[in-house]
Amino acid sequence: MKISQFSYTIRESLKNLWRNRLMSFASMTSVAATLLILGIIFVLIINISSLAQGAKDQFDTVQVYLVDDLDGSQVDALGERLYGLEGVKEIYFETKNEALSKMKLEWEGNGFLLEGLEENPLPNSYIVSLYDIGYAEYVVEEINQLPGVEEVKFYQDVVVKIIEVTNYIKNIGMVIIFILVAISTFIIHNTVKLAVNARRREIGIMKYVGATSWFVRWPFLLEGTLLGLFGAIIAIGILYAGYAYTYTLFTSKFYVLIAAYLVSTQTIVSDLLVIFIVIGAGIGALGSLLSMRKYLHV
Amino acid sequence: MIRMLGVSKRYSNGMLAVSDINLHVKKGDFIFLVGPSGAGKSTMIKMLLKEENCTKGRLFVDDTEVSHLHRRLVPFLRRKMGVVFQDYRLLQNKTVFENVAFAMEITGASPREIRKNVPMILSVVGLADKQKCYPNQLSGGEQQRVSIARAMINNPPILIADEPTGNLDPETSWEIMKILKQINRRGTTILMATHDKEIVDIMQQRVVALESGRIVRDELGGQYGYED
Repeated sequence: MKISQFSYTIRESLKNLWRNRLMSFASMTSVAATLLILGIIFVLIINISSLAQGAKDQFDTVQVYLVDDLDGSQVDALGERLYGLEGVKEIYFETKNEALSKMKLEWEGNGFLLEGLEENPLPNSYIVSLYDIGYAEYVVEEINQLPGVEEVKFYQDVVVKIIEVTNYIKNIGMVIIFILVAISTFIIHNTVKLAVNARRREIGIMKYVGATSWFVRWPFLLEGTLLGLFGAIIAIGILYAGYAYTYTLFTSKFYVLIAAYLVSTQTIVSDLLVIFIVIGAGIGALGSLLSMRKYLHV
Repeated sequence: MIRMLGVSKRYSNGMLAVSDINLHVKKGDFIFLVGPSGAGKSTMIKMLLKEENCTKGRLFVDDTEVSHLHRRLVPFLRRKMGVVFQDYRLLQNKTVFENVAFAMEITGASPREIRKNVPMILSVVGLADKQKCYPNQLSGGEQQRVSIARAMINNPPILIADEPTGNLDPETSWEIMKILKQINRRGTTILMATHDKEIVDIMQQRVVALESGRIVRDELGGQYGYED
């Protein structure tokens, strides 16, 4: 591109932005609204994922207590079958003696109370770590059917609730994102189409005078991209303010427990900044290119 | 300058707009293209500008074969031809100066050249004092003069005019014709489609008459020859 065309492009797109400022404002607002809603859902999902991850790290083991009268080879066989289950990351065999000494440790000063026991009442057990908490239900069900298992213990209620809630929110989030993106794409496409339609004559004339397609296209493209960028910046600004406020509210006032898992404002904003700029500029550029296509072949 | 060899155009709806046209236009010619509506005048102009492709024959403009020109090269073909339309086709949101400057900007001219040449051509068409006006502030004749200035700013060898006086009263029409004649005198080939009997009869130039897509008459110093 020649320098004179470069300066023409910049001059022309800025001039057009200003001359069609109502339309520019409308496009910008719809980009900003889309991204804002996208951002809110993104923030929700990120935080819920972070919460769920935190919970999973605590609850992703299953303890399998064994029947007392198993011999060594039976224990080994059971261990192998446990390890073969889908979703099992690793297993650890905890003997009744280990369990007892661990209990003594946990009881600390009251550990002496256990000294008086004539016989270790604790069973041998396998501690089964899972790849993902999602496997928990299946694994527990399978283990319950294995011979030699006395009892399976895991934080079933918590785990199930976490899975339920996370999935629920994720699914709803996806549906909402999908619907909104569809609606906003439609709105943006239409806004740009209106803007281009209003200048259909202009494009035709430019082509008649001998302008190349790209000469006509560049200012529109830059204009669309700028609109998208401005929209993105507005959205990021609102989200930043809103999230910072909410974050402070959570961390300082209540739900400190939850707040520990909230993703920090910095992380969220720096993530969103890139995503928004790409999506915003992309929507704008794509929108103007698509809407122009029809009128360029004169 | 322009050569048409057995050129035909059939539109996709099956209508044969022009058929087997043979026409040679020499450098410096001033040609009136006359004929009733639907005779194929506009189609001929559209083919020259490559807005429509001819379906048969070969068409040359200044040694460029238009009939087989790649889409990307069309803009450069159009820069060889200044075009003036009946409805002026000015950019409404640009001033007179900007409208004319635009035709220079697309060729990559520098701002300095633009600032020098645009006022010059505007004074040729007599609009030196209207540079900052927008098209809707001008009369029809003035708008047409802007479009002539735009067509001529890059000094194209050919000027194509599609009923340039169609929307103007007789007096204004003559002003436009005077400017066109002046441009022609400086060596620019002019091809003008028109319905204006008086202008054709008085100007005494080469007249090419079309009827249902065929050339029926091609004479120097010709008359309009229709009663309408």
